Amino acid sequence: VKVEGTALVVHGDDVDTDVMYPGAYLNVEDPEQMAQYLFEGFDPSLRERLVDGTILVVGSNFGIGSSREHVPLAMKGSGIRGLVGRSFARIFYRNCVNLGLAIVACPEAVDAAHDGSRVTIDTSGVVEIDGVAFAAPPAPPLVLELGAAGGLVGWTAARVQRP
Amino acid sequence: LAHTLAEKILLAHADVEDVRAGDVITVRCDVVMANDVSGPVAFRAMEKMGADRVFDPSRVVMVADHFMPAKDAKSAELQARLKRWSEAQGVTYYGQGRGGIEHTLLCEEGWIVPGAVVAGGDSHTCTYGALGAFGTGLGSTDIASCLALGAFWQAVPETIQVELTGRPGSFVTGKDVILDVLRQISVGGGTNAVLEFVGPGAEALSVDERLAVANMAVEAGSETGIFPADRAVEVYLEGRARAPWVAERSDPDAAFRQRLDVDLSALEPLVALPHLPGNVTTVSEASGVPVDQVYIGNCANGTMTDLRQAASILGGRSVHPRTRAIVVPATQAIWRQAADEGLLDQFVEAGAIVSTPTCGACFGGSNGVLAAGENAVSTTNRNFRGRMGSPEAGVYLANAWVAAAAAVAGELVHPAEVA
Repeated sequence: VKVEGTALVVHGDDVDTDVMYPGAYLNVEDPEQMAQYLFEGFDPSLRERLVDGTILVVGSNFGIGSSREHVPLAMKGSGIRGLVGRSFARIFYRNCVNLGLAIVACPEAVDAAHDGSRVTIDTSGVVEIDGVAFAAPPAPPLVLELGAAGGLVGWTAARVQRP
Repeated sequence: LAHTLAEKILLAHADVEDVRAGDVITVRCDVVMANDVSGPVAFRAMEKMGADRVFDPSRVVMVADHFMPAKDAKSAELQARLKRWSEAQGVTYYGQGRGGIEHTLLCEEGWIVPGAVVAGGDSHTCTYGALGAFGTGLGSTDIASCLALGAFWQAVPETIQVELTGRPGSFVTGKDVILDVLRQISVGGGTNAVLEFVGPGAEALSVDERLAVANMAVEAGSETGIFPADRAVEVYLEGRARAPWVAERSDPDAAFRQRLDVDLSALEPLVALPHLPGNVTTVSEASGVPVDQVYIGNCANGTMTDLRQAASILGGRSVHPRTRAIVVPATQAIWRQAADEGLLDQFVEAGAIVSTPTCGACFGGSNGVLAAGENAVSTTNRNFRGRMGSPEAGVYLANAWVAAAAAVAGELVHPAEVA
């Protein structure tokens, strides 16, 4: 997967999915509505700075806690296309992969990025920040396959046995 | 070739010759579970996948437990959808008054056996490691794919082996074991790894206490927290297990990422301070914090063991005037057993309230959420900012002894000061 966009830096490590999407709103089903609550317990003002094509630049162990897919669904619903971080929590990482968001761990790229940087993510192993390329560990083959299918929905659809 | 317990389970559920840490493989599920929050989102994704039927209705379990009983019309609609979908698919459905909190319930109902792979639409699916299963939490799109194909993708995790030795002193429980592990490796120290609990101290823990330990493996970032099945598990599963099973353990020469030691005899009751489960100190260090609410329950610590501990402190005493106390037995069966033993009466007599089984306020859903400026002592598993209500509230995670003692004292104290 290859995406291009504008950086928005989210400061801090161990940012959990509860602050990104509080439990009280887990009864919401429409991703557009979910977008209204993104970052509600963390910094709601971040919502005003999201544009179509935002790439979040995040710290270590981003997305810890709950498996709630409402977080990446709300991110997609807000125009976010990808994330570059120092490292990610497992379930959050796989939820992003499954939903077709470009997600890559690359601490050097995080160091180089600031708000408004032009970011290009190629999940096969390159992140560019304002034209400077950084090598990232390539996603494993199956994860690249999922990305090529647009996410797990497309990947599974191709394997569902139809009568 | 030497393998860890987790590798053996995954290898038995994948069409590969061998597994090595880091390999991304497709793993077959023995049981797929979701709830009123993760289920409806998964059903939508499953429709988009073009899958009309689940891969095997006898392996799918749906539990209404999060906004239970419904807190508003939207939550009621989610539960109605969960029930309609379950009936249409012919899968097992545990609804209001028929079940309880998913993880305690699925163990109690015999769905979880050693060596099984369980995919759950809830991060605390790692609880099933207590019975020697590879239970792991997944998001809703993953669950949709599991419902359609009976499998999920998984990077083979490394294993961190935790050796438990020594006999625990008074008021030290399984909760303190996992809080000590979090103190050692913090949140994230277990990422891309399974926590495996072995040694004489592990074998001496009851199944209830193992549930509490395994439950918070995800707080370290781990896939699951696993105990090799032993005689205690065999006894627990008698007349309960829905599938045959065999006990396995890691080969002695298997490769481990890390080894940790926990000496139970040296442990004190521990507390995770706001706002991170890895922010752990002793209850003595944290004593004196005023407490507005005590919450005893959830998928980590809502078992008979926890309720008996709480009752032995609250029985014949009163909840402090400054403090509210809520007791949430994890399942209907536990609720009835606690009633039979007279525990519920003791809680109410002390001035606590006893709730129906629900995830409730643990995730800030309903049933006792916190106001700004309040502190809670809770036997739950997460104390992230805003987790149980207001972002300005503080949550202290602790075992049931400590929680009950805080209810009586109106502040954090060592249980020995109250009991």
